[in-house]
Amino acid sequence: MTDAPENNFTATPLIRKRLRQETMAKWIFFGMAAAMVVPLLLIIGYLAVRAAPSLSLEFILDVPRRGMTAGGIWPALVGTIYLVFLSLAVSAPIGILAAIYLNEYARDNWFNRVINLAVLNLAGVPSIVHALFGLGAFVYAARFGYSIISAALTLAIMTLPVIIASTREALASVPPSFREACWNVGATRWQAIRAVVLPNAISGILTGVILQVSRAAGETAPIMFTGAVFFKAVERGDLFPYYLDEQCMALSMHLYTLSTQVPGVMESIPYATAIVLLGSVLLVNAMAISLRVYLRTRKKW
Amino acid sequence: MNNLPPETPAPAGSAVRGVKRPAWARVGERILEGLIYVCGFSAIVFVLGIFAFVLKEALPIFARESFSLTQFLFSDQWYPTSELNKRYGVFAMIAGTGAVTLLAMAIAVPFGIGAAIFLSEFCGPKLREALKIIIELLAAIPSVVWGFIGLSVMSRLIMQYTGAPVGVNVLNGGIILALMSVPIIVSIGEDALKAVPDSYREAALALGVTKWQLIRRVLLPAAKNGLLAAVLLGVGRGVGETMAVLMATGHAVHIPHSVLDSVRTLTANIAAELGEAPAGSDHYRVLFLTGVLLFTLTFGVNLIADLVVRGIKKR
Repeated sequence: MTDAPENNFTATPLIRKRLRQETMAKWIFFGMAAAMVVPLLLIIGYLAVRAAPSLSLEFILDVPRRGMTAGGIWPALVGTIYLVFLSLAVSAPIGILAAIYLNEYARDNWFNRVINLAVLNLAGVPSIVHALFGLGAFVYAARFGYSIISAALTLAIMTLPVIIASTREALASVPPSFREACWNVGATRWQAIRAVVLPNAISGILTGVILQVSRAAGETAPIMFTGAVFFKAVERGDLFPYYLDEQCMALSMHLYTLSTQVPGVMESIPYATAIVLLGSVLLVNAMAISLRVYLRTRKKW
Repeated sequence: MNNLPPETPAPAGSAVRGVKRPAWARVGERILEGLIYVCGFSAIVFVLGIFAFVLKEALPIFARESFSLTQFLFSDQWYPTSELNKRYGVFAMIAGTGAVTLLAMAIAVPFGIGAAIFLSEFCGPKLREALKIIIELLAAIPSVVWGFIGLSVMSRLIMQYTGAPVGVNVLNGGIILALMSVPIIVSIGEDALKAVPDSYREAALALGVTKWQLIRRVLLPAAKNGLLAAVLLGVGRGVGETMAVLMATGHAVHIPHSVLDSVRTLTANIAAELGEAPAGSDHYRVLFLTGVLLFTLTFGVNLIADLVVRGIKKR
């Protein structure tokens, strides 16, 4: 790019200076983009190396032993799976229906602008405030106590706004002409949504929900005071160790506990826990993203 | 949606032709639509509910004579468990949140906007897709993992290179928070740059400007509102972040004098002490009042960001 064609045009010093500027700007901005990516890879690599001595299938299936200073992470992993599925079982239907309302039914009036604003602000509420709300509303006011239900409901409210936003985007990407064609053959609004809009948007909706799986799995603050507990005795490899009105362990909470509260933990165990948490979150996200990329390539319109 | 069907869509198989859908289908549809409306309004209910519940738990503190709001906001003395001399002043925590967020933004804004410019102006479509996916993955890393990175990796690096006695401090929290808020700044910033009409770019290029001149003279001024919104959303994220700063900033309640001082933020304070505060005690209520403060702060920031973005869309 710096070599301007010479035959009919001579580069003056000024032009050369500007081209130099351009090249420099390009490299600086490239450096800034790279500055986000490179440290990330270095850090993940470092964590993986430190975690290596503990990482094994045994680590995942075993329960914590000797006051959590040795052993595995099984109860925490199962607890996280409980919390994620329960919370999404609540937030996904509500979120999807809310998005259908906002995209298909709502007119552009002040009331619906207030709803949009509420969704936006719900997404911005700090996670610790969600924890306070969960404690006040579910643990005390609704008398669920410190339990999986309280924690899952708190997580559900936290994931709701993002599910609404992503579902809405998926619905909005279905061209209006599809709906109009449907209405013109006499379908009611709901019939049009069920027969045409939802089938065309379902993949986008699913991607949004899957992305929230990883978010719910990673959150710590909202469950810390509503239902997650430091330690719970669980059989090794037990698939259904918890009742819904009990507290449970969770992977994110376990990592926090191991790295700040428990003295004398075997060096590599917190690293291995971090890698399992990070790995599962990134894996789920990568799946959602590749699903989206794949579907985009074969979009029909 | 601007082009909605008429308020009462022509009834399917209307009575005119004497064909009617079965009653259960019509009733079912009504019920379902009712449910959709209810869910649609739920977001408002939840936002108000969060505010109301947190406020409800906090309010009784105002009835205590020993408590004053000015002391809460402007005193840096925080002795919630002292026997004789209980003090509930969160100013040191406000300063901590301010310091960490400010440092994080000082790092994240130039890098985030620089990366956004690179994404939207310099790189090819393949590289852009790849980078955007990486940014999305970066945004997905749980905050407790960031906190762990701060605690285990970053603190060692900081102690090694700055000679600070403790590695968990403002600098650590700021760097971690910067890494966490860069993705949101990049993605919103890139949207803002993409929203600048191509005709602006073409007009400038036709005058023979270089890319650098184009960015500085045309794109940045035209996209400044969107970039501002990106920064504000980053600030909102920084103020509200809990686990990462809890683990990475140390735990000293005092006003920081340098970036190597340990601080405590508003969020970390709640997370650290809520477990020890007996339900219904003054300490517990003050922590909820801190929650009200945080809610109001982030609400304000997000509202302004939304107004700024809306300003762009109108244009």
